[in-house]
Amino acid sequence: MNVERLRELAISDTGFVFDPYSGFTFSVNETGRFMLQALKAGHAAEAVAAQLAEAFDLTPSDDPSRDVHEFILMLREQQLLPHDDDREG
Amino acid sequence: MIRPRYERPTLIRHVAGMMNKYARVGALKPLSHVDGVPVARLVEQFGSPLFVFSERTIVQRQHELKDALALRFPRSQLAWSYKTNYLDAVCRVFHREGSWAEVVSELEFDKARRLGVPGEQILFNGPFKPESALDKAFSAGARVHLDHFDEILRAERVAERRGLHPKVTMRVNLAVPGTPAWSRFGFNLENGQALDAAKRLRAGGRLELAGLHCHIGTFVQDVDSYRQEAKKLALLANQLQRELGVRVDTIDLGGGLASRNTLHAQYLPGDQVTPSLAQYVEAIAEGLEALDAGAAPPTIVLESGRALIDEAGFLVTTVHATKRLPDGRRALVLDAGVNALVTANWYKHDVVPAQDFAGMPEPTVMYGPLCMNIDVLRDQLLFPPVAPGDRLVFKNVGAYNVTQWMQFIVERPAVVLVSRSGEPAVIRRRESLDTLVSQEELPPWLR
Amino acid sequence: MRSSPTVAVTGLNATDNPGPGVAVLRALRAAPDFHGRLVGLAYDSLDPGIYHQPLGLSAAYLIPYPSQGLEAMRERLFEIHRQTPFDVLIPTLDSELPSMIALEPELAAKGVHLYLPTREQFDLRSKARLAELGARAGLDVPETRVLSDVRELYDVHKDVPYPFMVKGVFYGAVKVNAVDEAVHAWHQTVAKWGLPVIVQQHYSGEEYDIVAVGDGRGGLIGAVPMKKMLLTDKGKGWAGVAVKDPTLIEMTERFMAASHWRGPCEVEVLRTHEGRSLLLEVNPRFPAWTFLSAGAGQNLPWAVARLALGDAVAPMRDFKAGTMFVRISLDQVTSIDRFEQIASTGAITFEKEKDPP
Repeated sequence: MNVERLRELAISDTGFVFDPYSGFTFSVNETGRFMLQALKAGHAAEAVAAQLAEAFDLTPSDDPSRDVHEFILMLREQQLLPHDDDREG
Repeated sequence: MIRPRYERPTLIRHVAGMMNKYARVGALKPLSHVDGVPVARLVEQFGSPLFVFSERTIVQRQHELKDALALRFPRSQLAWSYKTNYLDAVCRVFHREGSWAEVVSELEFDKARRLGVPGEQILFNGPFKPESALDKAFSAGARVHLDHFDEILRAERVAERRGLHPKVTMRVNLAVPGTPAWSRFGFNLENGQALDAAKRLRAGGRLELAGLHCHIGTFVQDVDSYRQEAKKLALLANQLQRELGVRVDTIDLGGGLASRNTLHAQYLPGDQVTPSLAQYVEAIAEGLEALDAGAAPPTIVLESGRALIDEAGFLVTTVHATKRLPDGRRALVLDAGVNALVTANWYKHDVVPAQDFAGMPEPTVMYGPLCMNIDVLRDQLLFPPVAPGDRLVFKNVGAYNVTQWMQFIVERPAVVLVSRSGEPAVIRRRESLDTLVSQEELPPWLR
Repeated sequence: MRSSPTVAVTGLNATDNPGPGVAVLRALRAAPDFHGRLVGLAYDSLDPGIYHQPLGLSAAYLIPYPSQGLEAMRERLFEIHRQTPFDVLIPTLDSELPSMIALEPELAAKGVHLYLPTREQFDLRSKARLAELGARAGLDVPETRVLSDVRELYDVHKDVPYPFMVKGVFYGAVKVNAVDEAVHAWHQTVAKWGLPVIVQQHYSGEEYDIVAVGDGRGGLIGAVPMKKMLLTDKGKGWAGVAVKDPTLIEMTERFMAASHWRGPCEVEVLRTHEGRSLLLEVNPRFPAWTFLSAGAGQNLPWAVARLALGDAVAPMRDFKAGTMFVRISLDQVTSIDRFEQIASTGAITFEKEKDPP
């Protein structure tokens, strides 16, 4: 996964995200911030899902794996990940 | 180690004009109980989706209106608008508290009689009353509201056949500036049709004109409209007395009072716009001050439906799936659709989770289970992340849904009433395949 | 008299269609005997007033839109009050008034004072009831129709001839010359402000606006009439001058006497070419050009704050005609940190960085 753009993001503790390339700003929640940091560090989707399961208190209906894939989709939508990127891996 | 609670991730881009994290989150509180009964338990016991009615709220709203009327008028009467919600149990709650029945078809008339409503406590309204219906109504002593000249003829025929001289009410339509014309029912006031009808009734000598009725519209949020309606009816009553010697014993102001819902084309939410029941009554009382002081003051009738039942109804639904649309919105697939919640076409229904929730609200669209593009319960709202299996509650759904709902693609859900002591009971069973096919026949050649 | 109250003001959207909040805050700051603190209440993280340091705000907070309902507004105001207790709240947007009026008793119980009309007074000046208001106050008003059905638009010219104005219940007015324009304006108005829609006869003439405060008993506390000198393409005044015309004050007094208006308002008057003075409408809050009143000698925002606190304020009649306002656009430079704070927490406090007075 090409995480070049993610590396440029300024991510604050409050969940405020500034993309200096585009000038866009975003809000992420705790899990969103966690995923951003983990993806930025180059971890693959399944690894990020496993880390989430470690770090957060899950209920049976939670599915971090589904959510990571959806989050990657959202990042693509915002052009923070390239569209033609290889499958996460 | 205490780990933070997991939330579904959100990534929300800041867009000019949409940068307010309080735009929704503050208002959103879970509704976990209806009159003390956990929503989760209701679903467990009766399934999902599920309509839930609060008897406590029905009674309380009805008392509120009754008290407001009693404060202003020596004689007043509520008539429960059957078409708003004619489930037996709901009607029974209204009748027990003293409401009469306002029906607009032979079917509704029969339903009221079957429920034990005395004929004299039924107001029979509407543009379509075949002879069989008029015959039943007159025989039972119900008050028929005449809608057009053809009906006067028909009613005279029926009454004559029965040898009766029933009292009748004339439905009048009149112009109230600021509300859309509601002129298809009754006799027009401004062009003199109403006066003509009164003369015609007197000349006929068979039906005794004893009441005036008018209904100015639906979801009327301006109490001033009722002031004007009441004043015009009062002046007509004065005129009838003066010119024809007709004394009306009843002035029926119809319904149309708004509930706390928010129409699609409405900016401020219903809780800030909709007047209280007392404010409506106050305006009516002011308008009726134009009545000539005469003999006995007439009975003031209201046929309010929606304003009394809407807040008492809830629709519990379960999240079946969540998906992300290409435009970035979150979409929910719910197990209840517009087949059950017809009023989603009219209102931005207030909807809240039934359990605690966490996470940032984001633009969300709520779809029903139907494989039809029109099946949208909310097209755009900020809503926190939810997961399959979570319950949502649509509020203020008591009016018109369980009458106008349709069996389409899926069966209609069950309806439960929570008693004043907090006991839930089924008042309409969930439909099944048997319900669907019970009216069907296969012709012999297809068997 | 309490000279150091904390006053919270809404409507910091000082954009090209400005909310009045910044003007009200500036007037309070300019009052010589005001030594209190100011709190800004905003609807968007980019409301320019949040970034206007000369106001000397102690804090700024985001509040939910009135369309989010009473419950949301109540909770948020109480939460803000816990963090930064304030004594007076001055709402400045039309759409806030119904909720603020409803919340007034609860806010008063918390020691927050408002100086607002009653719901009845508020409803009486609604655009939909202009004719009734005119009759009660003995003021000439333009022919007005209130429509809830687009079909009525095709016939309305029989009562109100073209050209006429199509107005929303809260804001917005478009002049139309023919039915197709009227229908277009109708749909735009309904999409934004919902029903009903007001159709009002259009007169050519000179428009005057009066910022005024009523005492709630039929009396006028103060009023400054203004003639706009420069308009933006949205029809907003960009420059104006205080004018003397006694008819304008007299009309305002009549409105106050008829309505018993309590609080600030903006009275709009049209002087037709034939010399008729028509009451066009009454906005239930300060106008965006309110700072002119302070400059002309009647600091009406400060008067409202004092009235809210229960002080007696003697009626003011003097002001300096010829006092002008000329608005300016300027770019305020700030770091993204400030935006981050308000966008992600909904609150920002300036106490530490406040410039010494």
